[in-house]
Parts: sequence; structure tokens; C-alpha cells
Amino acid sequence: MNGVELRNVTKAYAGLTVMENINLEITDGDFVVLLGPSGCGKSTLLNMIAGLEPTTGGEIHIGGRNVTELEPDERDIAMVFQSYALYPTMSVRKNIGFGLKMGGMRKDEIEKRVADVGELLQITPLMDRKPSQLSGGQQQRVAIGRALVREPSVFLFDEPLSNLDAKLRADMRVELKRLHERLGRTIVYVTHDQIEAMTLATKVVVLEKGRIQQADTPENVYRRPANRFVASFVGAPTMNFISGKMLQDGSDIVFDSGAGQLPLVDVPTEARNLIGQPITLGARPEHLLFDDAGIASRVLLAEPTGPDQYVRLAVAGSEITARCGPEQVFRSGSDTRILIDGARMSLFDPQSGQALLQA
Amino acid sequence: MRYNRLALYGLLILAAIMIMAPVFIMISTSLKSMDEIRNGSIFALPADPGFAAWGKAWFGDCSQALGDQCGGLSSSFLTSVKIVIPALILSVGLGAITGYALAAWKMKWANVMFAALLVGMFIPPQVTLYPLIIMIRELGIFGSIPGLILVHVIWGVAFTTMMFRNFFKTVPEDLLKAARIDGAGFWRLFWHVMLPLSLPILGVAMILQFTYIWNDFLLGLTFGGRSGQPMTVALNNLVGSQFGEKEYNVDMAATMLTALPTLAVYLLSGRLFVRGIAAGAVKG
Repeated sequence: MNGVELRNVTKAYAGLTVMENINLEITDGDFVVLLGPSGCGKSTLLNMIAGLEPTTGGEIHIGGRNVTELEPDERDIAMVFQSYALYPTMSVRKNIGFGLKMGGMRKDEIEKRVADVGELLQITPLMDRKPSQLSGGQQQRVAIGRALVREPSVFLFDEPLSNLDAKLRADMRVELKRLHERLGRTIVYVTHDQIEAMTLATKVVVLEKGRIQQADTPENVYRRPANRFVASFVGAPTMNFISGKMLQDGSDIVFDSGAGQLPLVDVPTEARNLIGQPITLGARPEHLLFDDAGIASRVLLAEPTGPDQYVRLAVAGSEITARCGPEQVFRSGSDTRILIDGARMSLFDPQSGQALLQA
Repeated sequence: MRYNRLALYGLLILAAIMIMAPVFIMISTSLKSMDEIRNGSIFALPADPGFAAWGKAWFGDCSQALGDQCGGLSSSFLTSVKIVIPALILSVGLGAITGYALAAWKMKWANVMFAALLVGMFIPPQVTLYPLIIMIRELGIFGSIPGLILVHVIWGVAFTTMMFRNFFKTVPEDLLKAARIDGAGFWRLFWHVMLPLSLPILGVAMILQFTYIWNDFLLGLTFGGRSGQPMTVALNNLVGSQFGEKEYNVDMAATMLTALPTLAVYLLSGRLFVRGIAAGAVKG
């Protein structure tokens, strides 16, 4: 019963509506990641759940309770900030225990809970230091400890890893996931980093322009993007988009861009219904297959990344990126042949940008 | 490089001499006897230094007393202390709270109020002196220590509010949000989080307000009346209203005595003062 429910939540600043009718159900124990570019409203949404910003309309329920009009400390939540937001004048011990002290808890009880959290996060030796004497990673742990110690129904994370360097970020990511699996608490986590979203979330909510574009498992968001925005925002390098239409060529199906015809293989039956209609085809770099049966393409550039390489190709009047293993050598200016894996491609309505293959 | 250094130190030494020379003359003159002052150069060191003039400046000369008033500065020193301490605590305390409220809480008209305070700060006190007199008179505390304290607080709050508001504006917003989630309301956020952060600014505000109130002459003269006469006004009376020969050594000693408290505050808190002025941002 420690879920979060948003019902028709709306936010407006001075008459300008930035969020309209957000509906979202987060079940107990979910790790929900709000993902989107800066300015998409994800932090605003988190602040509204926290009670730091008032809603203009709609209701927010936490743990089955309507908390829309409650103060942040009455909502049974805890929050971790990007800047950690530790109290600079207090020791680590006082920082972690501050919320409990404000809540009027007995001193010995506070001490016990702070010590337990310190142990859990392995920060016991740092307890008497000031935040300025800690590294970024240690400050982050203290910030997480300050949230954990309150044992809230819901944890809110506002881009908690953005200020850490790449190595530490990867480590903390693993730790957060472990922590979630161990505690089983509901987490709402804001980030613009899709790797964090894909690795941590049980449910990803992609936001853009104050609207939920898609709310689904990370796998589905990646494999079955609901629209062109989600398709292009999730995945790196980004998905290739080609406009045109599918044509039947004997028993084969090709995609005609107007400047050339790309062969498609394994096209699912429901996609065959769209043959002849103008559509936008979306193919991730790994959906392009290097195959002698494919269409002739010119290699523009090859970018080896170590485990893979990304090959930039000019084909059928477009520039697209394909992925392949590191063994094959591509010289700029040479020719190769590719075709598209029809089983994994996405198809979008060229006007609305909505995906055409799923509900 | 060498010549640059030379020029630099030359200039610094010159500036130091220009500032220190009057102080030297004051101290040396105050230690001389009147005979020596009459016959010697003002730059000469005292031949037979003594504190007789300091004693006379402090206790007065009771052989020429009118009633129980001996004319020394000791009684007005106490008056000054009685004025400075409450005025200091009230003006800095209120400034800290209003500055915090203006900076950390979203209030309607906050910027308008702040602008009004700033305008208040830039108006010279002489302009509002007469309306203030009427206000204080209507309150029935004109010519008393409480009246003078109130005037100092009114004048000081604009300045201290500005200092604290500008400092609290630099506190990251996430810190305020974290405190709200931890359940700290208006007063507890102020007391547990903001005030401890502002210690350097608090120090600077105290020092500046102390100096300003202690050194004030105009407001003390206008609002203090006979019972609330601060040391500066008493000094003026002492120096300006003597019969017969001018006692330069007593005048100098009295001036030094009046300046001593502020001097002591600066010397004792010098490091804190510099740190506070340098404290722009809050390190997280």
C-alpha cells in the first residue's frame, strides 16, 4: 500500500499550463524513473509529489492517502537532491538525524536509527565529519542515509548521480539498485540519463513538454517506443528515421524512400497491412544488418567504440548509422550492403509521430 | 620588479604614517602635562608621561563640580553601553529574521518591501529627523534611552536586513527544500539551518552596527535628551564647553576613551570581520 497515484495532476505558472492531466500509477515497490530532456517537467512533477510545489489541479495520493494539500514532512516521503543539500554546519550524524529530531523522536531512538543507517551505507567512520570534509561520493551516501533513516513510504531522487564522475556514477548506480532490491521500497527517480533509466527502473516514464509520452518497462520503452519522441530520445546512437512507404516486391517487401529501396526481412504480418501507406520507418543501429542481399550503401565514417563500431552510411538518399562488431574493417568511401530487420523495426505515422504497430 | 616593490611599500608606509600621525599626536599629547604642551612641539614625545589627563577625562574634576556632576565621561560611557547593547541585539536580530524571511520564503510583495528598505537606507538621516522626532514624541519616549534605542533599531534594521537577505539568497534552494522535507518550519529552519550558516555575516553585522551606534552623534544629541546622553555627545560637551584654558591633554584623552570600544572590537574581531566580508558563497 505504499504506492503513488497521480490523478489529473495539472501545473500552471501565471496562467501558462506547463503540465496537463498527468495520470500515473506507481505500485508499491516500483522503481519508477521519470526520464526526459531538461525542461520536460520531470523535476516539477517530482517536486509536486514531494509537496515542494503546489499543484494547480488534480490529486496526489501516497500510500492510499490524499496528500495533495499536505506539507512535505506530512507526506511520508524522503528526498535525495542532485546537490546533496547537506546542512553545511552539521556533522554527518546530525545531518542524518535532523529529520527525526524535527519529528520529535526520542534521542536514544534517533541515535540507534542513525547508527543503523550508517552501518548499512558504510559511513560509520565519517559520522563526526562536516559535509565539506567529505568527497562527492561520500556526500551522496550521507544524503541517501538522511532519506533512509526516515523509513518513508516513498523515496524521491532528483538526479542524484549527475554530480558524480563517470566511474563513481556507475558504482553508485549498482548500489542504488541493490538497495532497492534489498529494501523493496517505492522509488521515484528523476534523470535525463537514459542509461540510469534503463538499468535502474522497473518502469520508465518518458516525459516531454509536460506530457507523459510513454510509461512502461525499460524493455518496452526501448523496443516498442510509443512515438517518435520516445524512439529518438531513448537509445544511443539515436534511432534512424526514414520516410517513405513499404512496397511488395514479389514475395519480398522493400521500403521505398523515394531515392532508393531498402530490403526488409522478417516483416511481421500486422506490418504488412500498412503496405503502400506513407509511413516513417524507425530502425535502431543494431536493426541494420550487413548482408550481401541488401542495398548498396557508401561508408562515410566508422567509429569504433571498443566492443562495437558504429558505421555512418549514405543509403537511399539518407544518412543512417549501423552497428556491427569490431572485427570488420570499413574504409571511408568504400561500399557495403545492408538490409533492415523488419521484425524489430518501428513504424510511425508521419503526421502524428505515433507508433503504428501497437496499441 | 624591485622598483615596483619599493614603490608599493613606500606608498603603504606613507599611507600608514598619514593615518597614524594624528593617533600618535593624540596619545602623546594625552600623556603630557599642560606645561609641556604649552612649551613643546606637538610632535615631541612626552618627557614625563602620566595618566593624569586620562583620569580627569574619565572621572571629571570634582573640585569644580556642579552638584554631583563632575563632568567626566564615565557616566555617559554607561549610558552608551545601555544604548548600544539592546539596539545592537534588536537591530541585528530583527535584520536576520526579516532578511531570512525575504530571501527564503516566497512572499507576495517581498521585492517591493526589500526595495522600500533599500530606499530607506539611502535617505540621509537628517531628512527624516523631524518626522522621526514627532513619531518618537507621540510614543512618549522622546528624550530617553528607550527612545534613542528605537531610533537606532529603525535605522539599523534596513541595513542589517539587506546584509542578511543578500547572504541568505546565496543559500542553495535545495538546502531549503531538504529542510522542508525534514519538517523544519519557519522558525526551526531559521534557528537550526540558516542562523548557523550566517555566523560570519552575523559577526560583520554586529561589528558594523556596534561601530555605527557607538560613534553616532546626531541621533544621540537629538533623541537622547539629558538622561540618554551617549559618550559622543558628552565628549562634545567636554571638549567644547570649558572655561579658561583649553586642556588639550584632557580633550585628547577623552577622545581616545570614546574611540577605545570600537577600536577594541575591531582589534579583537579582525579575523572574523575579514572572513565575513570574504564570505560570499556557501560551500556545500
